[in-house]
Amino acid sequence: MADRRSRPPLHPGAWWLWALGLGSAATRTTNPLLLGLLLTASAYVVTVCRPDTPWSRSYSAFLKLALAVLVVRLVFVVVLGSPIPGTHVLLTLPEVPLPHWAQGIRLGGAVTAEGLLFAWYDGLRLATLLVCVGAANALASPSRLLKTLPGALYETGVAVVVALTFAPNLIADVHRLRAARRLRGRPDRGLRGLLQVGLPVLEGALERSVALAAAMDARGYGRTADVPAPVRRTTAALTLGGLLGVCAGTYGLLTAAGGTYGVPVLLAGVVAAVAGLRLGGRRSARTRYRPDRWTPRACLTAASGVAVAALLVLAASADPADLNPGVVPLTAPALPLWPAAAVLLALLPAFVHKEPS
Amino acid sequence: MIRFENVSVTYDGVAEPTVRDVDFMVPEGELVLLAGPSGVGKSTLLGAVSGLVPHFTGGVLRGRVTVAGRDTRTHKPRELADVVGTVGQDPLSHFVTDTVEDELAYGMESLGLPSAVMRRRVEETLDLLGLAGLRDRPLATLSGGQQQRVAIGSVLTPHPRVLVLDEPTSALDPAAAEEVLAVLLRLVHDLGTTVLLAEHRLERVLQYADQVALLPAAGAAPLLGAPADVMAVSPVFPPVVDLGRLAGWSPLPLTVRDARRRAADLRERLAALETRDVPAARETPVPVAESPATPETPVPVAESPAPAAVPRARRPFRRLRPAPAPAPAALSAPAGPSPASPSPIRPASPSIPFLSGPPAEARSLGVRRGGVQALRDVDLTVGPGETVALMGRNGAGKSTLLNAFVGLVAPSAGTVRVGGSVPHRTSPRDLVRRVGLVPQEPRDLLYADTVAAECAAADRDARAAPGACRALVSELLPGIADDIHPRDLSEGQRLTLALAVVLAARPPLLLLDEPTRGLDYAAKARLVAVLRGLAAAGHAIVLATHDVELAAELAHRVVLLAEGEVIADGPTAEVVVSSPSFAPQVTKILAPQEWLTVAQVRRALG
Repeated sequence: MADRRSRPPLHPGAWWLWALGLGSAATRTTNPLLLGLLLTASAYVVTVCRPDTPWSRSYSAFLKLALAVLVVRLVFVVVLGSPIPGTHVLLTLPEVPLPHWAQGIRLGGAVTAEGLLFAWYDGLRLATLLVCVGAANALASPSRLLKTLPGALYETGVAVVVALTFAPNLIADVHRLRAARRLRGRPDRGLRGLLQVGLPVLEGALERSVALAAAMDARGYGRTADVPAPVRRTTAALTLGGLLGVCAGTYGLLTAAGGTYGVPVLLAGVVAAVAGLRLGGRRSARTRYRPDRWTPRACLTAASGVAVAALLVLAASADPADLNPGVVPLTAPALPLWPAAAVLLALLPAFVHKEPS
Repeated sequence: MIRFENVSVTYDGVAEPTVRDVDFMVPEGELVLLAGPSGVGKSTLLGAVSGLVPHFTGGVLRGRVTVAGRDTRTHKPRELADVVGTVGQDPLSHFVTDTVEDELAYGMESLGLPSAVMRRRVEETLDLLGLAGLRDRPLATLSGGQQQRVAIGSVLTPHPRVLVLDEPTSALDPAAAEEVLAVLLRLVHDLGTTVLLAEHRLERVLQYADQVALLPAAGAAPLLGAPADVMAVSPVFPPVVDLGRLAGWSPLPLTVRDARRRAADLRERLAALETRDVPAARETPVPVAESPATPETPVPVAESPAPAAVPRARRPFRRLRPAPAPAPAALSAPAGPSPASPSPIRPASPSIPFLSGPPAEARSLGVRRGGVQALRDVDLTVGPGETVALMGRNGAGKSTLLNAFVGLVAPSAGTVRVGGSVPHRTSPRDLVRRVGLVPQEPRDLLYADTVAAECAAADRDARAAPGACRALVSELLPGIADDIHPRDLSEGQRLTLALAVVLAARPPLLLLDEPTRGLDYAAKARLVAVLRGLAAAGHAIVLATHDVELAAELAHRVVLLAEGEVIADGPTAEVVVSSPSFAPQVTKILAPQEWLTVAQVRRALG
């Protein structure tokens, strides 16, 4: 708390760039040592830098989700077998005979160390990616990120933020109403209980949404400034034309014949759409209270994430064997020195963010 | 500043207009209190000022409402946002962002104020409302009073010239309510803001009002005037006015201080009475057994099996002493128009199940929730027929204690028992026969589409004879049609329906969480009569409440909680009299004599 008061929080975009950089670095490797290093680095930064808000508590939820993903992946390998040819059989489950039309599917059978290890590497990669998204969530809530949208998209952004708070409220309502079922002498657990509170919960959520909409309207949400008609028309033309250009350009890029016109049309479309959005922003008279700025610290944070991603992409193309250790034959993965040093760059935010004591 | 010209509002699908012929003006810089029984259209009038009625709610508004010269017909709520600030009943549903500072800035952002102005006003508002220490806090973690102050602050920052508030203090404990009112007063005095507010708890706000606009009945034209004049004819009034009317003071006193200065005579008269029959008023300040002692209803308490079963109950027989004076009917109607069913009911007396322990017992109870010690070392025993009021500030652990008694939270230390069984280990079907809780939001208990279906379901849940719940409803709430939707009932009617649903299982222990939130004085008087009847029939009742007047009327014992610990536990008179914030108005006026309610004084005077 003291930390936040003395310094404004970092731009949420910086945290998201940093975390997504780490995430894309994780997709480049299956080396458990590198992944472990990535996980540790991101977890360290989260513990040092996260603000004291309800959002930041979502980190543990993401950790649990990642663990669940890992466990599910392993269970599938044990039950359904693995395509990895392995010789080290750990245990043999009774195999369920399946009819011939289910060829290629196996239930039970031998579980090999190679298969398990491969699944573990693969699952760990996905889990790391999830934890990185969780880190972004904890460090800068999505609602703060949405606030940095350009003016023309502001109202959509608010709608998304309100929708985001809908889910936690809904869960709180379900808890409350299931508790109330107990007061009526009905069982408060089980699926039936959940289904019976469904309607009241939705009713409550709807009522709350209407109340919030009324409050927002009364506080000036959706006020518009007068814009001269020509500007309005130009805005509409630019936005529509831009979107059409983007569609046509993308189509051109994807078809074989359109290689020549694809890129220029796409670029023109993007430029027109951006210009339309900027002009559209004039309609909204909003200003922003203490907008997040791209301070040097924010730039450093974002740069460290991008650097980690870029270096691992480079390393993956230069030396794929180190980053994706084989499982046949079984070997202990080695820690590649340079990629590991690159991953350590991800710790930078923890040091630039720290309060000088 | 606000001008109503022949305004009437008719909602869609309703034949009669909700408010009719409203024609008055609120001058600039005044604090005007909108008073009246519930259901007369106070919220509709408030909504009409901010333009939410009819732009948001639908319906037809005839006549004209102008605010600072702007006609609400041609201006949508968002276009009035810079002159009118509106705070609804529930601050949580008002919040758009998630931290205090952002919430304060939100309205200014919408209006497009320059960044430097916003920065300055946020800081000013943080200081004005005493929120500086909370600026970074997430809104969901604030207490009720803090949330209400943030909600007021969030509409203040655009510097509106009019502030409209719907029941700003109903959900707050006495201290937090005073905090909020002090802020409003400061705005009126320092910034010249015009304030229009509706409130049921007149005892809290009447003294601050410059004028009172009274809506005497649904569809009746409002009456605007000086508080003392309006109170002389109002159907709703706080205890201080009731006492003033009783003593025949004119003009009526509006504050405790006014009343005290006039009360020397009354105190002498009462003192003289008291020396004549001491035990009457002193020892049984809230003599529950007196209400069934009225001639038409014989005392059922002694026949009830429950007291005999529990010899350990703290003061089981004190109440049984026959009342020295026959209780007048006024006992059940401390305020205004007497409720429709004056006779106290005792629906459950014949068949309260025999139990092996006191209805409620907690021993060194500790509860931890989400890393917070919500309750610590709480000892509380409630005997049959006893009414206990749990009081304390928002977040002191009152609701948690009630939840522990119904098994919604498991104790982390100590034991809790209801009628000898452990609530969180008892199956819900058995538990309803031991304890019933009416939650803060009675609607949570109601699932069905009609009152009849709700009652049928309640009978099934409680394994009671078919029709038992419906009979209770008819008794507690005469004139409710079978096919009405529970959502269309008024706040008080819904509470009573939930109470009937809970009572269908005839639980010996009845718990109520904030039962008077949103109730007007008449509905409250009815509730008091009903609960007295139940207590007389042997039900143990525990109320968690902020309403000191309710506690004074009903409770034998008051338990004060702070930070999850019991800090006081004793007879109502002792606990309440010694506390400046929990003392009811009558106590403050007649101190050092220990009177709690106007009904007692009226009875003593004969």
